[in-house]
Amino acid sequence: MFRGFFVKTIGFVGYTIQYGCIAHCAFEYIGEFVSCSGPSMEPTITNHDVVFSERVSRNLCRIQKGDIVIAKSPFDPKMNICKRVIGLEGDKVCNSGPSDVFKTHTYVPRGHVWLEGDNLRNSTDSRSYGPVPYALIRGRVCLKLWPPQSFGVLAESPNDGRIL
Amino acid sequence: LCGIKNYNYRTLQLLNVKSPKDPRQKIIKRVIGIEGDFIKTLGYKNRYVRVPDGHLWIEGDHHGHSFDSNTFGPVSRGLVHGRASHIIWPPSRWQRIEPSVPPERRPLLNRDGATEDGYDD
Repeated sequence: MFRGFFVKTIGFVGYTIQYGCIAHCAFEYIGEFVSCSGPSMEPTITNHDVVFSERVSRNLCRIQKGDIVIAKSPFDPKMNICKRVIGLEGDKVCNSGPSDVFKTHTYVPRGHVWLEGDNLRNSTDSRSYGPVPYALIRGRVCLKLWPPQSFGVLAESPNDGRIL
Repeated sequence: LCGIKNYNYRTLQLLNVKSPKDPRQKIIKRVIGIEGDFIKTLGYKNRYVRVPDGHLWIEGDHHGHSFDSNTFGPVSRGLVHGRASHIIWPPSRWQRIEPSVPPERRPLLNRDGATEDGYDD
C-alpha cells in the first residue's frame, strides 16, 4: 500500500520537475507576458496593458529600428522599461530637447541602442540618460494582449522624423 | 547565486559581465567601486568619477592592458551575468578566487562618506 503511494508521489514530482523546466525554458528563450505601467508609451501602449514580448530576436541580435523593446533599467536592474528603439549602434540620433533652438545630433556607440518613449513629452529615456547597452534588452514586444479592443500587432511610431 | 539575483555586490569580487561594447561577449573583471563611490581613474576621460546609481566600476587586474571601465566607463548592474568564484582549469591552478584589491585602487570615498584611511583589513 505504501509502495503504491510512494511510486505515485515520485511520478508526480517527476512531472512537476519536467513541466517546471519546460516553463522556465519557454520564459527564458521564447517569450514572456508583461504588464506595462506608466504613460511614456502612449498612445501605442497605455497604463495596465498586457503585452507579449519575445526573446528570440534579442538572442539572435535581430532587434531593428522601430521595434518596441522591454529592457532592464540602467539605473535599477530590478525595474524594467518599455521603449521604442530609435537608433542602433552607429546611427545618428537627435538628442536635443523640444525647447532647444538648434538641433544637436550624436552617434550611438558600439554595443548600444537609443531608446525613446512614444509620448515624447512625458518620457524619461535616452534623451536624459544616454544610450543603453544592447545587453540590457530583455525582449521585443510583438503583440498586445489586453485590453481586448486593441488586441493585435502594435502600431508604428507616431513621431515622424525621430528615426533618421 | 542569490547575490546575483539580488544585485547585491560587495567590492573586490570578480564578476562575469556582458560587455557593453559587444553584447555577445562576456568579460571577467573586478569590482573596484559600487554606486556612490568616488574613483580615481586610470586613463579615463575624467580624472575622478562618482559611480552613478545602479552602476559599478570594474577593472582588470592587469592595469594598462585591460578593456575595462577605464575605457568604457561605469557599467550598469543589469549587465552582470555571474560571479567568478573558482578557477577549475588547468588543474595546477585550482583555487578559490578571493576578494582582494591592491590598496592603490581602492575608492577615494565610499558612499557613506568614509575615506580610505579608515579601511580596515
